[in-house]
Amino acid sequence: MTTLASTHFVHWGVVQISLGNLLVIGLMIVLFALAVLLPFPGRHDRGER
Amino acid sequence: MTTTLRRRPTSTTPDSHDFPTRPYDLVKEFSIALLVVSLLTVLLAAIFSSPDDKAITLQDWANAAPNDVVATATAELAGTSTSAGYGAPYNNASDGQKLGPLSLQKWAGVRIPIDSAQDLVIAPLQAAGGSAATAAVSQWNGATADQQQKWANAYADALTNAPDGNPSAVKSGDYGPVPALAAGELALAKAGTLEGLLASKTTFYGADPTRPLLLLADGSYLEDQARAQQLGGDQWGMMNETGNYPGQPWLWLYTFWYQVKPFSTSGNADALVWGLMAVLSLALILLPWIPGLRRLPRYLGVHRLIWRQVPRPNR
Amino acid sequence: MTASSPSRNWTTALRERLSRTVPPGQALPDRQPAYVNSWIYVFGAATMAALVVVLISGGWLAIEGYTWWHTSSIGHFVNSLHLWSVEIFFATMVIHLWGKFFMASWRGKRGLTWVTGALAFFGSLGTAFTGYLSQTNFDSQWISTQAKDGLNAAGIGAYFSVTNTSQMLLWHVTLLPAIVGVIVVLHIVLVRRHGVVPPIDAEGMQLSSPDLEPTGAGRHELTTKDFARETASSPSGGEQP
Repeated sequence: MTTLASTHFVHWGVVQISLGNLLVIGLMIVLFALAVLLPFPGRHDRGER
Repeated sequence: MTTTLRRRPTSTTPDSHDFPTRPYDLVKEFSIALLVVSLLTVLLAAIFSSPDDKAITLQDWANAAPNDVVATATAELAGTSTSAGYGAPYNNASDGQKLGPLSLQKWAGVRIPIDSAQDLVIAPLQAAGGSAATAAVSQWNGATADQQQKWANAYADALTNAPDGNPSAVKSGDYGPVPALAAGELALAKAGTLEGLLASKTTFYGADPTRPLLLLADGSYLEDQARAQQLGGDQWGMMNETGNYPGQPWLWLYTFWYQVKPFSTSGNADALVWGLMAVLSLALILLPWIPGLRRLPRYLGVHRLIWRQVPRPNR
Repeated sequence: MTASSPSRNWTTALRERLSRTVPPGQALPDRQPAYVNSWIYVFGAATMAALVVVLISGGWLAIEGYTWWHTSSIGHFVNSLHLWSVEIFFATMVIHLWGKFFMASWRGKRGLTWVTGALAFFGSLGTAFTGYLSQTNFDSQWISTQAKDGLNAAGIGAYFSVTNTSQMLLWHVTLLPAIVGVIVVLHIVLVRRHGVVPPIDAEGMQLSSPDLEPTGAGRHELTTKDFARETASSPSGGEQP
């Protein structure tokens, strides 16, 4: 059985979140931000119609 | 061939087909997405693997926490265990939880009938308990319900007062056959036969572990192991996984309510949280028709990052 | 072709109904509106791709049975594939949801697209839940004995017993994937039918007379009348030259 010592948690007020979950959520937010901020290639070959 | 229709639009959203276009390869895009996701999956699986904490057998439980097994068996006989006093769908012992005036739990009815004392303790002992257990069962079955209750409650109290809940350190008293029944249950568990007796009884194919799970969950050992890994309800446990693995972060809002009042102190917490989440889920599904909320994206302005240059529809 | 009156032949009626579901050439278009110009748009496709990997890895687990992965190292690896593809699936789906919210993608009669997307999300939650219940390990022991309280309190547990592994496994492997599959297909058909939603700042822009597009698009909001008229005037049943 995995022991408590080997699992990491982050505490912030009433919030308690595992490191694994925090990383996944953080990564999702970063990906979303990158997706809306990074320029999308293909402007140059935009056709007429 | 062409129908040149000039009509006032029924909504203010222009037709997507009226805009300038550019070439695009849908099948290629999906193929690339499939390749990328497949590679990423293989990579993550190879690096991180997946958790597999072995199931706690009733034998594991009996060896690790025998006193807990004895106390649990006694509680089943006394009718004081969680399952014994649960209510629907297992029995009529309680009305269960309510959502305001709605007794949803009770209305569903007793569709999975389980008599905790009979099904979880007496029946397996009767089937395979050995001569001492069989004699105890006879004595138990021959007594009135009142007498059974007195014996079981007395033994339960005695166990609580014994150091470490140790049955061999219990003060002498009138407990009837209860000590023998509880000891018999422990012996079945230690022998590794109790799951089978509870799940399949004598029907060969046992595919429903509800009974052994209820027995296990009536004790404190299962919960102790879970809480040690922060899997308890008031530990945001619904979101968590065993070990260091990411769990179910998408359940964040469902589990959040259990951490705060009034839910954290209510006996109807499950019904209340379920009801609240049902309403919020409906709100998400019906968002396009909810005034105020449906205009929120306009004000938040993130769309201006996505659509930086808005092309005009074709002239 | 006399399609101006509804056909009394059920097969013909169904065929015509199906052919009107998506505008001609829009089922697999090779052009897209110029405003589809952001990385956020890849997450819908990524979600679908992840779903494919989930189904394949899950199918592989099904081939060998639900306890195989406990004793086989290949089985454990396949289980890992299944777990991580599910994590990717939920991550991309939620990012897709965020994007669609900020774009108010329900505009222009796309309410049902949003609804099917939301239902696919909740259906996926249920499918994942029954998956967690089918692990036959400590995690499923704990999850089932906890979750039963929530579902029993709502009256659902009497019909959907989370501690009954055989029931949960069958829901996970057959019923829920079928339901989610149907919802996802409807969702995709609706996206193809209505096209990608135009930008919020394009609202209220003056519409001109529709132009011919190579893929046959360029119409105003489609109605049944348009297809009927088009079918009547074109022997090939709506194909654009």
